[in-house]
Order: sequence, then C-alpha cells, then structure tokens
Amino acid sequence: MTTGAIYALVALGYTLVYGILELINFAHGDVFMLGGMISATLATQVFKLDVGGGASKWPLVLLTLLIAMVACGSINASIERIAYRPLRGAPRLAPLITAIGMSFILENIALAWKGPNFVSVPNILPRSEVFHVGQVTYTWNKLTVVLITVPVLIGLVYLVQKTRQGKAMRATAQNADAAAMMGINVDRTISFTFLIAGGLAGAAGLLYALYVTNVRFDQGFQLGLIAFTAAVLGGIGNLPGAVLGAVLIGLIQAFNEGLSWHAPGSDWTQSIVFSILILILVFRPEGLLGERTPEGA
Amino acid sequence: MTDYLVRLGVPRRLAKLALPVAATLIALLYPLFVGNLFSQFPSTRTAVVMLVYMMMAVGLNIVVGYAGLLDLGYVAFYAMGAYTAAWFSSIQFPNQNFHLWDVGVGSKVPGFHVSVWLLLPLAGILTAIVGVMIGLPTLRLRGDYLAIVTLGFGEIMPQIARNGDNLFGTGFNLTNGPNGITPLDSPGFGTLNYLQGSGTFFTSDRLFYWTALVLLLITIFCSWRLRDSRLGRAWIAIREDETAAAAMGVPLMRTKTWAYATGAFFGGVAGAYYASFKSATFPGDFFFNISVFILCMVILGGMGNIWGVIVGAALLAYLDQAGLADLGNLLNVDAPKYEFGIFGVILLVVMLFRPEGLIPSSRRAAEFHEGVHDEPAYDLDHE
Repeated sequence: MTTGAIYALVALGYTLVYGILELINFAHGDVFMLGGMISATLATQVFKLDVGGGASKWPLVLLTLLIAMVACGSINASIERIAYRPLRGAPRLAPLITAIGMSFILENIALAWKGPNFVSVPNILPRSEVFHVGQVTYTWNKLTVVLITVPVLIGLVYLVQKTRQGKAMRATAQNADAAAMMGINVDRTISFTFLIAGGLAGAAGLLYALYVTNVRFDQGFQLGLIAFTAAVLGGIGNLPGAVLGAVLIGLIQAFNEGLSWHAPGSDWTQSIVFSILILILVFRPEGLLGERTPEGA
Repeated sequence: MTDYLVRLGVPRRLAKLALPVAATLIALLYPLFVGNLFSQFPSTRTAVVMLVYMMMAVGLNIVVGYAGLLDLGYVAFYAMGAYTAAWFSSIQFPNQNFHLWDVGVGSKVPGFHVSVWLLLPLAGILTAIVGVMIGLPTLRLRGDYLAIVTLGFGEIMPQIARNGDNLFGTGFNLTNGPNGITPLDSPGFGTLNYLQGSGTFFTSDRLFYWTALVLLLITIFCSWRLRDSRLGRAWIAIREDETAAAAMGVPLMRTKTWAYATGAFFGGVAGAYYASFKSATFPGDFFFNISVFILCMVILGGMGNIWGVIVGAALLAYLDQAGLADLGNLLNVDAPKYEFGIFGVILLVVMLFRPEGLIPSSRRAAEFHEGVHDEPAYDLDHE
C-alpha cells in the first residue's frame, strides 16, 4: 500500500502528461529521483532533521515537501520547454528520443551532484506502531506516506475537475487546436501540466527519501518504468486509473517479495511488472478503467 | 569525389563505388599501419569492438531507420546472440558431449563445442525467432507503445540471464547467473586459433579485426540490397504513411515483423561474435544503456542512411572504448563517468537541431522537416 501510494504520485505525472501530449515522458522518473535528492539534502543538511526531535519537525517536513514540489515542478516545466516544445509537430518518435536523452542528462546531473553512492537519510519519520492486525504492525512512517498522498490527490482532482485551469487542461487534452480556438493558451496549459506533474514527482521523491531512507542517481528510471506500468494498467490518461494501477502494482510487488510461498521473489519483480505491462498493452491497451477509443489506446 | 572522377572520364557506375572501395581498403590495411599513427588512434583491439558496434547499429538501423519502429530493447537481441554462442561453445552443459568442427578443444571436454562459423548464423536465426516472438504480439501497437514494450523486453532478458542459474527454482542452470559463461571456445580454422593468434603477422587482434570487417561488409551489403528491395521499399512506405502503405496493399504486420526479424538477426550475429571475441558473456553487459547507446549511434549518424550510421557508430564506439578516457585525461576530468550524460546531450541536440543526423538520407531529412502522417492506420479492435 505504501509503495503503491508513491507509485501513484509518479504514475499520475505520466498520465497527466500523456493525456495532454500523448508523449511518454521518460525523464519523469528522473525528476522524481531529483525530488528525492533535493528533499534528502534539505532535510538532512539545511533543516538538520534527524531521528526523534518531537513535534516541531513536522512543519519543516511540510516545508521540505513544498520546496521539493516547486523545484521538481520547475524542472519538469523547463524540460518541456527545452526538449519537447520545439518538436511539436515533428514525427512522434522525435520527442520520445529527446525524452530518453533528457532522462540520461538528469541522471548524470544527480551523479555529478551526489556521486555514485546511495544518499542516505535518517529515520525522520517515527517508526512507532499505529495499530496491528495479527502479526502485522502498521507503523507511523507508512501512515505518514498515506497521510501526505491522499490530500495531494484530492487537491489534484479538485484542480482538474473544478478549476478554470483544470478545464483548460482537459480541453487541450481532447483537442489542442479546438482549445486554442476557444482562447485557451495551449502552450501555457501544457507548461502548467508539466509543472503539476513535476510537483507530484517532487512529493513522491520526498516520501520515497523519507520512507525508503536512501536515494541513488539511477533509481528514478526503474521506478519510473514501474509507475508507467501502473499508469498503463489503470488506463493511461485516466487519473483514478493511475491510482488504482499504482495500488495494484504496489500490492503485486509486496506479495511477490513478501510471501515465501509460490512467489518468485524480488529477483523477478521487474520481469513480473514488465510482463504485466506487455500483457496489458497487447490484450487491453486501454487499461482497466480506460475508455475504448478508436485508436484502441 | 564521385563528380570529380566522372569529370576525369570514369563511368558513373564505377565512380560511385570509389569512395566505399577506398574506405574498405583503408579499413582492411588499418591494423598494419596503426602502429605508425598517433597513439590517439584506436588500437586494433578497440577497432574490433567498434566494428561489432557498427554491425549492431546497421542492424538497428533496419528497424528504426528503415521501418521507423523505435526499438528500445535492442540489447535483448545482442544478449540472445551472445548467450547462444556461449551455450554452444563452452562447458556450460557438462552432461552433454558434442563436438562439431571445434578448434583447440580436447574431444574429452564435456559440453557443446560447435564451430563459431556455424554458431554465427545459428545465433542470428535464433535471435530472429525471438525477434518475431516479441514482434508478433507487439507490432500492432502504436509507435510509442511499441517503444515501451521493447524496453520491457530489454529489461526482462538480462534479468533472466542474471537469475537463470536456477531457473524458477528447478535447479536448471541455463545462464550461470551473475558469474556469466566463460571461457568460450576460440574461433578458428583447423590449427589456427584466433585467441592465440599465429606468428607475429596474424596476431589474435588482427584475426578478429579482419573477420569482424568481413562480417560488417556482409551486413552492409545485405542492408543496402534490402533497402532497395521490394521489402525495403515497403518498410519506408510504412514509415512515411501507414495508411497509404496499407491502402497500396503492403501487409503491415508481415512487413514490420520482417523488419524486426532482420534487425534481430544482425544483432544476434554481432552479439555472438562479440562474445567469442571476449570469450565471455555476463548479464551485466546487457543493460538498457546499451540499447540507448546503439540507438544514439543510429540517430547521430542519420536514421536510414547506412554510411551515416556507420560513421555514427564508429565515432560513439570509439568514444566509449577509448576516446572519452583520452579526452578526459586531456581536460583532466573524469569523462567516462558522465558518458551517458554526454550521450543524452547528443540525443537531445541532434533531435532538436539536426533530426536527420550528421549524414542524412535526403528522404529522411525531408520527412523531418516537412512532417509525416504517422498516425496509426488501423483499429486495434477490428483487425
């Protein structure tokens, strides 16, 4: 569930961008990784958070969250500006290739910044027990992840469904030309979408850094692929679908790695996730919650 | 150069061949005079690796450049070829004892020991079969979905290789896990053993170099003839406009599958040859990075243009093997550490400013600048 929540935040970023541009933003996973790096640095070096420390650290955690979200949002929006906007109207493969290039560039920025080792973060979130069911205890750090994820998701749904900007986003996703004729600034709407997607990735990065307590420069790409699978599983372009898919993938991963019987174990997690991805794309490309569209995807 | 020769009275047909022939001659004699050049020039050993990468790039060019299908899992084909070579020329399967034209292996040594010259086509064919198996379910997807599925396969294959020492808990050792399979039998003829070389002229590196050159020339020839064949024209038609191609009677699935199989074939041959050259194969060699590395060669050189792809491959493979380290020493930075960041920048800059690559095919350049109609042609549900 907890991993699922983090996947959900990243998967939403993929879905938002895909919904509006029909582009797989390969660099998204690396934006998430940078979010983790930024929050790890802020939390440990600027705010000097550590194990324990009482209630006074919660505002600082929230402040870190906010900074990470803004930073990642800006990074993502600049990526769109540099690598994708000039290629609108080019063959489909062109922006996909720049996305891969961008992903490698971000990875190397992190490599140059933090070096090839894991950046470790102390257990800032308390690990005391909230409740337990049978043998399984549910700890505060897990609950915190969910407590941060859920309001962010609610905020996102509100933004997309109720606000003027959200309406512009949906209109652009449906038909960019028509939206432009209706007076929507398409470029700005797309930038805004990337900003939001990056913000979600930043939040996910913070939660990952605090929950898993270590980040490395090459983790973003892998996690990004898993999150993308989640988005496809739920139906790409579909917001609730992405969350559902992410929770499912999180559960599948937990079962695969946690249970001792009939599970191939963590060595095979990636293979399982990608097999799911391939099966979904082949047999039900619209995903679990997606609509059947003429292109079938 | 062509025009110059034509003005001198050489027939155009011959003049067009002048440049490739000259390049081939220089390449052929390269190991003999490399010792007299600056030390920055790639050594014969480095050049072998460059040739192998050129082969892979020409192979990938068939999929990406001709047919316009983005394949992000080319490394899976490379791995398949390498492991095929490893299985049939090492002691990986100790319960078997099968020898066929092997070089320098005692007849009592257990395992499969088949001549590399048979293994190269075998690896190609097996890899092509894998390519078709991957292609059949996935090629009907749109371009970007296809890219992500091939990427998935590219991730699954090395994982199988890494965990294959105890396949699904059955205890069957397929790939020897993270330790890889090593050593492999040496290629060779009769008593001529490639890994040991013979005398001062036929050194091991030179033998491998010339063989790789021959393989590359065969690959180039096939690729060049294929492009102008009926199949090749069908690939280009699909790349430019699927709807129009289908309307003209080009069978989409079959044509795309052929592109996949052909590209996979050359990837497999290159992988098998590389494994024999290194006399080893490890799962760590088959990361996603390699797929992007080869893709980068194709894009930098110019998608669809054989000469461009070769130049791109030579340049990047050289940078990868020796150039970046040399350059880094010169500038006093750790350049190899940021190798893939540099490749990322190359991908980005090329796509933004010169999407047709360094040496483009004029046709591909026009597509990039005037746009193409590359929406999918068919309805997935009612095929």
